[in-house]
Amino acid sequence: MLRSVSRRSSGGAKAERHRSARVAAPAAIFFALGDETRLRLIARMSDGGPLSIASLADGFHISRQAISKHLRVMSDAGLARCGRRGREAVWQLEEDGLAEASRYLQVISKDWDDKLRRLKDLVEA
Amino acid sequence: MSTAVSDRIEKEVLLRAPLSRVWQALTDAREFEQWFGVRLDGQFKAGTPIHGKITPTTVDPEVAKMQKPYEGMKFEIVIDRIEPKTLFSFRWHPFGIDPKVDYSSEPMTLVEFTLQELPGGVRLKVVESGFDKIPVARRAQAFTANEGGWAKQVELIQKYVEKRVAP
Repeated sequence: MLRSVSRRSSGGAKAERHRSARVAAPAAIFFALGDETRLRLIARMSDGGPLSIASLADGFHISRQAISKHLRVMSDAGLARCGRRGREAVWQLEEDGLAEASRYLQVISKDWDDKLRRLKDLVEA
Repeated sequence: MSTAVSDRIEKEVLLRAPLSRVWQALTDAREFEQWFGVRLDGQFKAGTPIHGKITPTTVDPEVAKMQKPYEGMKFEIVIDRIEPKTLFSFRWHPFGIDPKVDYSSEPMTLVEFTLQELPGGVRLKVVESGFDKIPVARRAQAFTANEGGWAKQVELIQKYVEKRVAP
């Protein structure tokens, strides 16, 4: 609820926090996308809804611990989130994070805006 | 699969500073470090790679905080051309920060800074091009929700992954 509110408003502390989170995300998102296992986990979660680590690990030739580590990287990047089904931890995709990734060029473009703003501050000081 | 990634980013900014000042901030490695947010070994030389590490910028404390998690990540740019007070260009791997990934086999994008002196300042144009050859850009493109919605995106990701994993 909070998230959708902050996305709609154009000012205020919530929007500011949301903006900051987005600025922090690009490097983490592209880090998370830069791995074959994580891409396959994304594909699997897109197909199957919330899944346990056991079912996510099924068919991979790596340990559940390794899968957990990949999932943590994805959750840090805002691409996946962990919930519970009874006593079991289940994972699903964070669609906002994926939408952010789809704006790859805009994200890099924003990064250039930040760099050029800092260059401007430096040379005009 | 015809998921064309738009190939370039273009920026233009008017800097209210003398041409020589802007040129120095761009091409003196010690100054470049400050606004770009890196620490580099040595100076720029046309046609030569230069290595360094990502470091929080000293110009903006807010941005420095966000860059903190990536501090110490290896960084490489290959200087392309240095034409005094006119053009400075380099190639690099945009967001190539996963220490486990060897980016050396991947294509680089080209970043070109062109300067034009105007009354009262310098018009700086930045063009980064070559994104259509960058794998992570293509992956990101697979998430685009323009056509076919979520199911279509998943299909694209799966195709992409399978193609890459297949021997």
